Amino acid sequence: MRYAMAVDTKKCVGCSDCVVACQTENDVPIGYCRDWIVEVTDGTYPQLELEHRSERCNHCENSPCVRCCPTGASHYSDGGIVMVTKNKCIGCGACIASCPYDARYTHPKGYVDKCTFCIHRVQKGQQPACVAVCPTKCMYFGDLDDPNSDVSKVIKKRKYKTLIPEAGTKPQLYFLI
Amino acid sequence: MGNSRRDFIKISTLGTAGTIVGSKYLLAQGQQSILENPKGPWMMPKDLERTPTYCEVCFWKCAGWTYKNANGQIQKIIGNDDDPNSNGRFCPRGTGGVGMYFDEDRLKHPLIRIKNADGTQSFKKASWDEAFDYIQLKLEKVIEEHGPECIALFTHGSGGTYFGNLLKALGSQNITAPSYAQCRGPREVGFIATFGDGLSSPEPTDIRDTKCMVLIGSHIGENMHNGHVQEMSDAIDKGATIITVDPRFSTAAGKSKYWLPIKPSTDLALLMAWIHVLIYEERYDKKYVEQYTFGFEQLKAHVKHMTPEWAYGITTIKPQVIRETAREMSYASPATIIHPGRHVTWYGDDTQRLRAVAILNALLGSWGRRGGFYIPDKAKVPGVPHPPYPKPARTWRDAMGGKYELADLALANGVCDATVPSATTDCGIKAWIVNGTNLIETLPNRPNTLEAINALDLMVVVDTMPMEITGYADVILPECTYLERYDSLRVTQHREPTISLRMPAMTPKYDSKPAWWMAKNLADRLGKGDYFPFDSIEEELDYQLKKVGSSLEEMQRIGVKKMDRPYDDLYYKDGEEIEFNTNTGKIELYSTSLEEYGFDPMPKYTAHPEPPAGYYRLIYGRAPMHTFSRTANNPNLTDLMDENTVWVNPKVAKEWDLKNGQEVYLQNQDNVVSTFPIKVRVTERIRWDSVYMVHGFGHSKKQLTRAYGRGASDTELITNIMMDPIMGGTGMRGNFITFRFNKA
Ligand code: SF4
Ligand code: SF4
Ligand code: SF4
Repeated sequence: MRYAMAVDTKKCVGCSDCVVACQTENDVPIGYCRDWIVEVTDGTYPQLELEHRSERCNHCENSPCVRCCPTGASHYSDGGIVMVTKNKCIGCGACIASCPYDARYTHPKGYVDKCTFCIHRVQKGQQPACVAVCPTKCMYFGDLDDPNSDVSKVIKKRKYKTLIPEAGTKPQLYFLI
Repeated sequence: MGNSRRDFIKISTLGTAGTIVGSKYLLAQGQQSILENPKGPWMMPKDLERTPTYCEVCFWKCAGWTYKNANGQIQKIIGNDDDPNSNGRFCPRGTGGVGMYFDEDRLKHPLIRIKNADGTQSFKKASWDEAFDYIQLKLEKVIEEHGPECIALFTHGSGGTYFGNLLKALGSQNITAPSYAQCRGPREVGFIATFGDGLSSPEPTDIRDTKCMVLIGSHIGENMHNGHVQEMSDAIDKGATIITVDPRFSTAAGKSKYWLPIKPSTDLALLMAWIHVLIYEERYDKKYVEQYTFGFEQLKAHVKHMTPEWAYGITTIKPQVIRETAREMSYASPATIIHPGRHVTWYGDDTQRLRAVAILNALLGSWGRRGGFYIPDKAKVPGVPHPPYPKPARTWRDAMGGKYELADLALANGVCDATVPSATTDCGIKAWIVNGTNLIETLPNRPNTLEAINALDLMVVVDTMPMEITGYADVILPECTYLERYDSLRVTQHREPTISLRMPAMTPKYDSKPAWWMAKNLADRLGKGDYFPFDSIEEELDYQLKKVGSSLEEMQRIGVKKMDRPYDDLYYKDGEEIEFNTNTGKIELYSTSLEEYGFDPMPKYTAHPEPPAGYYRLIYGRAPMHTFSRTANNPNLTDLMDENTVWVNPKVAKEWDLKNGQEVYLQNQDNVVSTFPIKVRVTERIRWDSVYMVHGFGHSKKQLTRAYGRGASDTELITNIMMDPIMGGTGMRGNFITFRFNKA
């Protein structure tokens, strides 16, 4: 099993619904976030291009954060989901420094927090909160090992890119372009 | 207090020992006691893990569920899968609606304006009894001295149903919302003149099945009209062609096959040229036009000279692009939508521009066709029984001297004008009840609004938040949020009719109360209790629901109920006989009703003033995480966006030596300077002759702790109003701004 997510940049409007839905679903305190929006404009008026991306932890297959965690708090869970065990985390911040995507933050309660792919929902057969709320339905989540999953199908059909592939982390967040 | 000056009061300055302004009219307090819900919290099932609601963060009214956590606190709000407005997905504002409940800056108690010994004015915390006593006596006096029609209601929220009932019971029809003449009014009038029917809300655009959609300045995706955003995304998935006309490279433009970076204020010329191409290249739906329309030959002659070459000189859009896009529309027809937009009060000829939009849709045969406009249906829910409403002696219309007769709803600015004492327009309105609309930020021409307010004997503001308008009130009534109350059933139009229920997830925080309860209490005190025949809103809802084969109990569990659509009439059948609700019974390409009232029967382009040297046209719009000015203090939503910026083209930035993030003041053509500075965003996404800002920021009320002084208010810079002579809309895009580096 290999969980992954694809975000269609042709449909995402950058509304941030995924951000606020994640906050309310996962008790992410106001002022912090597990996912965020990047907007890129290219060109000069009127020859312009615009890309919106909803970004979060890439749940990398080769995660520097898991490798550098001194306590084993950061670990791989079901389907390669990168997780942090709260009570093992000492808040040293090594993982935060190692993540090329800046996907982690220190929760005011002292531990490091990040996207969990909403594992608590996925285990119940639900979609992650951000995927379920997105008004443009631009996100696809599922198991890459299952050729019939939404994410496998869309990745087969469409062109995509990943972020900072040169970091060698094997990110599992795909951006459809 | 007669006509004494009304000082803007900051809510925190609570007086204690002062006398209530106008207290000479007050009887001993507590002359009538407050109604309590006689059965207590009636039928509030304990076993619901989620409670149904419909969202109040914008007018789309998506239905959803409020979930609580293990501590019994509100955790999240999620869309209801059976709801056609949201399809189970709320927009960011709706998801962040929880912040309305938690906002610690909420209005907490009734407040009454008092005069202190030193002559200053402040607010005094009052009981509901005191507040109602005060309002009752003032209203009785207005009714006695001036007549009940001198009471007006401004509303933009669900409470309007109940205060509206109160006003009509008293004998006033001066009930208005700024969503008409400041927003979508011209569109309704333009479409009614053409098809005999307006669009209403949600607009019946069949985006889901469209093959080509044209957006004129409408920025779907930044305006989060939920269903439309969702359907546009579906349409993009299915390969629909999107054509966006906007001087700004909007998000929608970024998703479009064609972006036409039009010179602002020239849209009507482009629309007329498209009509020209469709007609002269014979690309219109001939059968439809022949069967259903009136005035084709006149239209053909009228647009003869309005060629793409003619429009090029006006709009800066290349003739070949105009032709190509017109052809795209025609290839896809009838599954083509020229989207009517929503906020369309721009240049004062807006009804005519929307007429051109309607005409284009008619030529493409998209009205009543799949992928164009569907025919909506609405559930028929009986109202609450009440005695007939008295007929008002006069209304705001009498103040207009026969102008704007084609307006199908009351004009908020009309009622405002009818309040300003003047020889010509004074209608003697003496009392305002303002519910859920921050008129200071929603009505253009602020000095006029303030003049009207100053002339009032009573202003009651009903709101959840200390918005600017509350600072001018005599009495402030704190409304509980939509998560803490029942409201009237949502009965909105859609492809299939539905009804939905809002019920409280929590008991009201602080001393806040629902509008239903306030209106009923006031009605009882003013001898109009018959108009509120039920003791509790639960009983009222249950009565209505039982009449349509449901019950409050059922609705509490399902939230949304789909009702039957008795006929298969979502679209017109091929060749079906149709009688349109116009003078000719046809779709009027040539409008006989406009002609009758002395207006152009077919739209004509006229040039609008352009910014003088060193000035830029002020264009404003929406951000997906905010609704007007009402969400600007919501903790969850300010977390996503806490200020607006002024978008400036790099060429302009260079000229003025402006840097990204630098703070500037904006000054308009009438030398109005923004109260607060605003940060510059240097971006290629805006034309060099315009600037852009998101509406709803720059709050001047300190009690809005997260919103105060963040960004600038576009409304205060909109002092030039281009009135629509047909329906009285307030065109707001004729304002020009320049930059100032300091305030003085
Ligand atoms: S909710 Fe969807 S459309 Fe909105 S920003 Fe997130 S991914 Fe993009
Ligand atoms: S998958 Fe869950 S935790 Fe991750 S960003 Fe989405 S909502 Fe947040
Ligand atoms: S569109 Fe958004 S803010 Fe408006 S009613 Fe729906 S969820 Fe609420």
